Amino acid sequence: MELSEPPVLEIRGVTKTFPGVVANDDISFTLRPGEIHCLLGENGAGKSTLMNIVFGLYQADSGEILRDGQPVSFGSPADAIAARIGMVHQHFQLVPTLSVLENVVLGAETVRRGVLQLGSARETLVSLSDRYGLPIDPDALVGDLSVGVRQRVELLRTLYRDAQILIFDEPTAVLTPGEVEDFLATTRAFVDSGKSIIFITHKLGEVLAVADRITVIRGGRTVGTTTPDETSEAELASMMVGREVSFTVDKGVADPGEVVLQVSSLAVSDDRGVETVRNCSLEVRAGEIYGVAGVEGNGQRELVEALAGMRTVLGGSVRIDGQDVTGRSPRQITDLGVGHIPEDRTRHGLIAGFSLADNLVLNQYHRPELSRFGVRRRQVIVDRAAELVDQYDIRTSGIAAPAGQLSGGNQQKAVVARELSRPLKLLLVAQPTRGLDVGSIEFIHSRLIDLRDQGVAILLVSAELDEILGLADTIGVLYRGQIVATMAAADAARSEIGLLMASGNAAA
Amino acid sequence: MNQPSPTSPSGTPARPRSFYQQLAPISVPLLAILAALVVAGIAVVAAGANPLEAYWALIDGAVGTPTRVARTIGRSTPFIGTALAMAFAYKAGLFNIGAEGQILAGAVAAAWVGTWSSLAGWPAPLLIPVVLLAGAVGGLLWGAIPGAMKARTGAHEVITTIMMNFIMFLTVAWLVNSLDPIILRDTEVSVARTRPLPSGARLPELFEGTKLHFGIFILVGLAALVAWVLKRTNFGFEVRAVGANPEAARYAGIGVNRTIVLTMAASGAMAGLAGAGQVSGADGFLSPGVFVGVGFDAIAIALLARANAYAIIPASLLWGALLSGAPLMQQRAGMSTDLVRIIEAAILVFIAGDVMIRYLFRIRSSPETATA
Amino acid sequence: MTSVGVAAGRRTPKLSRSRTLGLFYGFLGIMLAFRVAPALSDMPRKFSFGRGPDALGWTFNPQAVTVVIGLTLIVFAVLSFFEGRARRLVQGALIMGSVLGAVMILVASIALSQSSSTNVVPLLVQSLKLGSPIALGALAGMWSERSGVVNIGIEGMMLAGAGIGFVGYALLNGGRGGASLYVAVVIAILAGGLFAALHAVLSVSFRTDQVVSGVAVNLGAIGLTSFLRTQVLVPLNADSATTLSEFSIPLLSAIPIFGDELFVAKPIFFLTFVLFGASAFVLHRTRWGLRVRSVGENPYAAESLGINVIKIRYQAVILGGLIAGLAGAQFSLETVGSFDDQMTNGTGFIALAALVFGKWRPGSVLAAAMFFGFARALGVRIQLLGVEIGGFGLPSQFLQAVPYVVTLVVLAGAVGRAIPPGAVGRPYKRPQ
Ligand SMILES: Nc1ncnc2c1ncn2[C@@H]1O[C@H](COP(=O)(O)OP(=O)(O)O)[C@@H](O)[C@H]1O
Ligand SMILES: [Mg+2]
Repeated sequence: MELSEPPVLEIRGVTKTFPGVVANDDISFTLRPGEIHCLLGENGAGKSTLMNIVFGLYQADSGEILRDGQPVSFGSPADAIAARIGMVHQHFQLVPTLSVLENVVLGAETVRRGVLQLGSARETLVSLSDRYGLPIDPDALVGDLSVGVRQRVELLRTLYRDAQILIFDEPTAVLTPGEVEDFLATTRAFVDSGKSIIFITHKLGEVLAVADRITVIRGGRTVGTTTPDETSEAELASMMVGREVSFTVDKGVADPGEVVLQVSSLAVSDDRGVETVRNCSLEVRAGEIYGVAGVEGNGQRELVEALAGMRTVLGGSVRIDGQDVTGRSPRQITDLGVGHIPEDRTRHGLIAGFSLADNLVLNQYHRPELSRFGVRRRQVIVDRAAELVDQYDIRTSGIAAPAGQLSGGNQQKAVVARELSRPLKLLLVAQPTRGLDVGSIEFIHSRLIDLRDQGVAILLVSAELDEILGLADTIGVLYRGQIVATMAAADAARSEIGLLMASGNAAA
Repeated sequence: MNQPSPTSPSGTPARPRSFYQQLAPISVPLLAILAALVVAGIAVVAAGANPLEAYWALIDGAVGTPTRVARTIGRSTPFIGTALAMAFAYKAGLFNIGAEGQILAGAVAAAWVGTWSSLAGWPAPLLIPVVLLAGAVGGLLWGAIPGAMKARTGAHEVITTIMMNFIMFLTVAWLVNSLDPIILRDTEVSVARTRPLPSGARLPELFEGTKLHFGIFILVGLAALVAWVLKRTNFGFEVRAVGANPEAARYAGIGVNRTIVLTMAASGAMAGLAGAGQVSGADGFLSPGVFVGVGFDAIAIALLARANAYAIIPASLLWGALLSGAPLMQQRAGMSTDLVRIIEAAILVFIAGDVMIRYLFRIRSSPETATA
Repeated sequence: MTSVGVAAGRRTPKLSRSRTLGLFYGFLGIMLAFRVAPALSDMPRKFSFGRGPDALGWTFNPQAVTVVIGLTLIVFAVLSFFEGRARRLVQGALIMGSVLGAVMILVASIALSQSSSTNVVPLLVQSLKLGSPIALGALAGMWSERSGVVNIGIEGMMLAGAGIGFVGYALLNGGRGGASLYVAVVIAILAGGLFAALHAVLSVSFRTDQVVSGVAVNLGAIGLTSFLRTQVLVPLNADSATTLSEFSIPLLSAIPIFGDELFVAKPIFFLTFVLFGASAFVLHRTRWGLRVRSVGENPYAAESLGINVIKIRYQAVILGGLIAGLAGAQFSLETVGSFDDQMTNGTGFIALAALVFGKWRPGSVLAAAMFFGFARALGVRIQLLGVEIGGFGLPSQFLQAVPYVVTLVVLAGAVGRAIPPGAVGRPYKRPQ
């Protein structure tokens, strides 16, 4: 790579604010011809926002973008596409009811007097598919395809537009380990044919494997740029999270008691009807934290939802305190003394338009303390809210403020407060600290430990392996909907768990 | 279809707002009415008349004398019930376009039960409640069906309630028109209508010859009840939760499907009660065409009132006033009574596009009063 | 229109749809073969195709035919339980079953009537003619909804076309026919487009709830047209009964038996079919059609590919309005020759039903509209034939209710599911 060559893309001092958040704060970044430049950062660091600005979907508040040294201004994706920039979004931008071919040509159609000429497009698509080893059926309906194949459609779409700069936003998050391998190989093939790539991820292993250069951003600011040769996973991790070791938690030794949650051969399917949890068995004891480790999309969400009564159980059983609770409603399970901190707090944990006070009783309002003959006891609700705000240090302008106005950390504290403020036997926790600031993370972690020490059984699901390693007493690895290994956290080796997460098999 | 988001679910504002912002919930509807009057005024001018004269006649016709006031209130009575039905469902994120079918269902049930010969001798304090209850149940059933369909198959309530409206309209047309066999038809008169209710089944008239009847108190009471249920009861909490975020409601253990069915049933019952009131109070019989268009009017009124149960009362009175003042306007200013239809439509347009009003009158929107 | 997303998808149905339908057929078959048939007369009846005693025809014994249809339905019912093995066959059988049902209605209606023969051709042609405004209205809705904008304002747009078109006609030359009729049709089309533009401004630009905006269009059209009628038409005394003249399509109208009935008709009637053909082509074969479909399913994807979602939605909604305006002209300028308040009389809502029943696809929507037209024509015919059930005349309202009931049944998921365009009903906000 010639250092003298001008960058194909340069971002200078881009700032972008959303109401209440500075998503990008004076970020600069360059992409050299023919390189794979990894953009690394935690969830919420501002990676997608930056790329959406480059792609013309968002408009920056200030800063400039240069393409081949020329200042450009992209008012819409059409402009970016015209400048030969292609993007595969974190959330795929496909039309499920159209065919693969129609999805590929959409927006760049060849027409004669307005009439689509799909014949030549089909040839181009087939030849691209052959050239880059991305097999596809042009006539299949996109809605019928698996996630991995859909991503292929997205890739082919950018190639079809002959994009020279490719932006991949967390492309591997949804792939199986085998697919990840293929994907990384494909990116190499793109570079070999002269394209330049911006590759967004928060997985350190991938970064070191494919990157030519690495830029880390944190909290909307650039932390630094380095190369794989000059750095290590540990260094990248600390750049990403801004702390030396992210998830060390102060805790004593667990004192597990009776089995509280017993899951046997559970089968659950996702929204598309694919059975993502299969033959899943695990046991959680009173006074222990059971951490579920696994690559996202291996059935974590469906597992937790099924345990919370939110999803139909297709097979197997769930027992709580020896009692079969398979197929019970969410309300029945809550009333047994089960708390649930859902992974998506804004969609599932809270009602943004409701007051904080109402949110603090969202799943409790029907209890006799809080209502009599179906009529709400307002004073009790208000008192309880004031108490919890105090106890959990929820920063708010008042208990009547809509929950949507709270910051992410305070929203999560509100959910935690609600779930922990009643007698619990079992707590289901999913991604409890996603996107939170360090202070909130530590607060929530220490609460979970306290709860464990009070003898509550806790099932913890997290995409952050470090969080699992730091908090859990027992670790189960979830791979393709099944717990493939269970170990005491004390004996767990990071590398072994990584291998299990990737292949379901420690010996592979 | 998206969830209509209820205006101000939390009830209490978070932080002190400026004086003008606090006024926004009232000033926007008022300005929308003003803008609508201007638009309709243009139509008056185009038709070669004097808008001020026309509007003065309209006001005079609506509230010029005590009798006219009474007539206006009588005219607005059924709107209170249908608009409450609309608003209540709206709080649960449901768009009940079916008020027209539900009010008819209630009216026909009341007209039927009210003329049962076995009930004929009952004293009024017993018979009237039975007739009203019959109306509420009729509306309840007609509302619960689309609710159940939504809960079971996700069939959208807008489409199903429209279909239900027509089915009820045709059913009533058959019940009331049919001469062979005679079902509900009154054979004593030449027009198609049901047999008259016995006097013991009639809600008392409050003001001789104005069709203002006791039902107005019942419906105003219903508005208070709806406001109270929404604010103070667990059911109301569930309704609002389902409307604001059905996913979160489900996570909170609320039976979303059950709430949808119950809400639609309750909503239908409100409209049905209004229908029974019309039959038992105002008319004493049912003629099939009386409620044509009330469903759309209910939507306009409920939106004008921002789905607030109390605000529905003045909004309904406005509708009643427009309709009952129109004939005098026609007489005096030579303006077609249909002008009030234009005013109503324009009010709805300005309320619906309240961004327009806010822009025209430079009102900033605050998060609590996000557009409905 | 999507569901709240809570109810859908999580429930496993106990009975598959085919089997539910199969059970229904079984019940119907048993009723027909063992209950209805014995009650019918066994005097021969005749369906004739054309007029006069020697017209082609089919003479049959209603009792025997009913038994045969009943038994066939029972066979289909049994078949439906072998869905697993012969999917295609079962689906074919189920479709055949509904056709048989329609034949059965005809057979029953003549068997129950006093006359011994009925001419089927005018019934079918009448079905098409009564179905035509429904079809145009549904096509209007299709364009709007395929682009992601719910349209319950079709009725209003049609009414605006009918009313404003006729007012234009009256003002042009006092309603004396001639070329001004065609100018009036253009005015009607534009009036529909104008109300559609109002819908688009409210629901696309201001992101008003699309249902509310549709209601506003309906109320506005009702108010404006009735106002115009009393203020303009009544004083002008414009009530000439001149309408668009019929013309006959050469060659086709010479086809024996039905040519002179079907191919001698008025222009908007013919246009219906042309517009459906053109719409199907544009929707599926052109760039704009592809973009409309994408915008209605996933506007964010379309935007990220450089497509202007707002512009496409405006275009599609307004195109729909233009078509609805034409449908309105069919009432006032083609069929009746005058304008009455609310003369579209709910056709816009039947059109909505046809749109749902036809699953938002042009071919099926046309078929659905024509089926509803058939129900209307049959209603008229049954009145004429004096069909009696249990000694009483069959109420015309029953057949009028068919479109609504059928649509409810479809929505209840009994006969295939009606899945609307993915983004329909959701206001689109450009990312900032
Ligand atoms: N459209 C939006 N509106 C408001 N806030 C947003 C929007 N998009 C992103 N954000 C916020 O900006 C920050 C950065 O988000 P994002 O760029 O998606 O992060 P990343 O891709 O690095 O995970 C987050 O705090 C997120 O909540
Ligand atoms: Mg991102």
